Amino acid sequence: MAKVLMKGNEALGEGAVIAGCRYFFGYPITPQSEVAEYLARRLPQVEGVFLQAESELAAINMVYGGAAAGARVMTGSSGPGISLKQEGISFIAEAELPCVIANISRGGPGLGGIQPAQSDYFQACKGGGHGDYHLMVLAPSSVQEMMDFALLAFDLADKYRTPVMIMSEGMLGQMMEPVEVREPVTEQYAKPWATNGCAGRKPNIVNTLHLGVEELEERNRHLFRKYAEIQAREKRAETMLTKDAELVVVAFGLLSRVVKKAVIEARKKGIKVGLVRPVTLWPFPDEHIRECLETAKMFLSIEINMGQMIEDVRLAVNGQAPVEFYGRIGVVPSPREVEEAIMAAAEKGGLV
Amino acid sequence: MEKQILVAGFGGQGVLSTGLFLAYAAMAEGKNISYVPSYGAEMRGGTANCIVTISDDEISSPLTDTPMQAIIFNRPSLDRFEDSIQPGGVLVINSSLVDRAPRRQDLEVMQLPLTELAEESGAPGSANMIVLGAYIAHTGIVNIDYVLNSFANIFKGKRSHTIEQNRKAFLVGVEYARTRWHRS
Amino acid sequence: MKKVFVKPVSLTGKQWHYCPGCGHGIIHRLVAECMDELDIREKTIGICPVGCGVLAYEYFNCDMLEAAHGRAPAVGTGLKRVLKDRIIFTYQGDGDLASIGMAEIVHAASRGEKISVFFINNTVYGMTGGQMAPTTLLGQVTTTSPYGRDKDREGYPIRIAEMLAPFEGTAYVSRVAINTPANVARAKKAVKKAFETQMQGLGFSLVEILSTCPTNWGMGPVEAMKWLESNMIPYYPLGDLKVKEG
Ligand SMILES: Cc1ncc(C[n+]2csc(CCOP(=O)(O)OP(=O)(O)O)c2C)c(N)n1
Ligand code: SF4
Ligand SMILES: [Mg+2]
Repeated sequence: MAKVLMKGNEALGEGAVIAGCRYFFGYPITPQSEVAEYLARRLPQVEGVFLQAESELAAINMVYGGAAAGARVMTGSSGPGISLKQEGISFIAEAELPCVIANISRGGPGLGGIQPAQSDYFQACKGGGHGDYHLMVLAPSSVQEMMDFALLAFDLADKYRTPVMIMSEGMLGQMMEPVEVREPVTEQYAKPWATNGCAGRKPNIVNTLHLGVEELEERNRHLFRKYAEIQAREKRAETMLTKDAELVVVAFGLLSRVVKKAVIEARKKGIKVGLVRPVTLWPFPDEHIRECLETAKMFLSIEINMGQMIEDVRLAVNGQAPVEFYGRIGVVPSPREVEEAIMAAAEKGGLV
Repeated sequence: MEKQILVAGFGGQGVLSTGLFLAYAAMAEGKNISYVPSYGAEMRGGTANCIVTISDDEISSPLTDTPMQAIIFNRPSLDRFEDSIQPGGVLVINSSLVDRAPRRQDLEVMQLPLTELAEESGAPGSANMIVLGAYIAHTGIVNIDYVLNSFANIFKGKRSHTIEQNRKAFLVGVEYARTRWHRS
Repeated sequence: MKKVFVKPVSLTGKQWHYCPGCGHGIIHRLVAECMDELDIREKTIGICPVGCGVLAYEYFNCDMLEAAHGRAPAVGTGLKRVLKDRIIFTYQGDGDLASIGMAEIVHAASRGEKISVFFINNTVYGMTGGQMAPTTLLGQVTTTSPYGRDKDREGYPIRIAEMLAPFEGTAYVSRVAINTPANVARAKKAVKKAFETQMQGLGFSLVEILSTCPTNWGMGPVEAMKWLESNMIPYYPLGDLKVKEG
């Protein structure tokens, strides 16, 4: 099929439509707005509903309602808006409602700036809202993946009854690449738990309140049994040149492609360097990283933040090799700059 | 072969559409491409730029701070990006809005007075098509006949009058490059 | 023999957790009776607030959701947009609706969301122990207005029904009370009208129901009903404020 040149944010929106999502509730914020704008045009064409909510708080709660009704529902935001959604995300995770949340990230804290960033890694992967819970977090690296991960996210969401976040740097939302447009998803998950009217059955209840001590603990255990299953089955990563790598760089998102180029250049200079690119940020692909320990003498986490994923890399490596960091804020470093960081790390590790 | 081209100028000069056209043209030819516009803070002060990557292979990094070629629409963009272009690269300059010669000696510098050419051609809004015609004719980065044949496709949804005007402006650029620029 | 006091099918019959004399139980019953009479139980989805009504999902015998504090109208919006032919209601207290959830209720009303809102005004935050609510009356003592609500310090109580009635999106807005049998009968009519308004697709409907919180008011049930009549009704007058006919 002929490819179509698309903006990342639009590919994400179209991916949602292809996945069968017909409901989007959002509130404008740069650099996410094109997702909303695209779906505002697109959803009515497929008898769907786009609704601009009065706030992110309202939007995520509309998602809560729409997901409870049994539909494929999505919202999107960035930075401060994702913070506002945390209350709802915690509720949705506990109520085990499937939905997709796009975080087209910008730099923070506070209003920060609309430059590309990966500073919401902790927020996305370590909870974000209150209580013991996880989101599944996918990090696309190309416009094609913006579309493909929308399909994947809706599937995972329904399969595990869990909110899934697609987290991309703002720049990936803005850039354009040719996209192979996927076939519409027709498979549908049965949702006998949906609150859509109790005709012919007992009433369903979607609830997050558990006042009984044992009941609450069991709820948490239940969620974590599910998370364990997700961890066992859904860790995804892309690896490149890691077979003999002495230095393993870990990077995700659009940044990972810049790193790829730098790794190739550094190889030309004789550095045995490879790349692990986490595709799922949660569950974190720690096994992919541990496998590298056969040859790896050093790891280097490169991020567009002050060092967040590095903590997961360290946990995966578990003290068996040093883990270095290189980071920028609000800037996707250039391949040249990353190459220099790789060379510096290699030198420090005596790998040159 | 992978080439990365920077297009830079004021917002409203057609900087982004220039890059996008190039991306479409290369895509029509079956190349891998990516197009990264500047956005947000970078746009402040009315400047705009974009990076187009054209490659036969899968594109790893769509970003670069050392483009091989650059199309520069105004003086501030020349000041900002001149040093970043790779040695031996091509630098196309809109001499109507750049009042200094480039310092770099290791670049192939091509100049054209876009404002005047656009006025002469009777379509003042088509400077970006003129520079594209000249740039593509000169570098052969995409096949020019192919581009001319793809106009209707690239401007899908636009009125035929507009498409014709763009093609005319494009040919003004092609003609300028063929008669005034010499391969060095 | 005619049964006088049958349990509506739309209630589960589970024992209330409400304090003796609390208005919530009476209001639950009214809502359930209307659901029965309109025969909509199987296509109704209710949304509980955070407040004393938080456990309403235990009592209503239909599909129920429990929303975050104040967000019920947004949750209801999401439900209704997906399930256009179902009946959606929210059940919200005054802290839930008029304070933390003010944005959600105002925008759901202005969008004319086809949902029904039952707004229980008891002038305090019942569940958390009787703190001041946006509806607390001037001079009224609560745990967080220990010197009595003072207009210069805490500002004025909000009249939600009057505020929302002029909205073009609202189709039915009414204020009722549960202090006398006659008022309870009127309240039931209003609740029913709200459901009917939604069933006819006319727009947003809201019934503000003046209720009691004997526990936090520090009164017996009878005294509380009297207090409602002599203090609340003068500030919150009863009656229909907006009736859009189909
Ligand atoms: C975000 C958040 N803030 C605060 C609370 C604590 N809280 C629970 S109920 C409540 C007030 C409820 O008052 P109201 O809505 O008037 O209902 P009532 O109990 O009077 O029926 C508050 C503040 C909460 N659950 N969530
Ligand atoms: S605290 Fe007040 S509102 Fe809550 S149940 Fe008791 S009397 Fe009712
Ligand atoms: Mg109250």
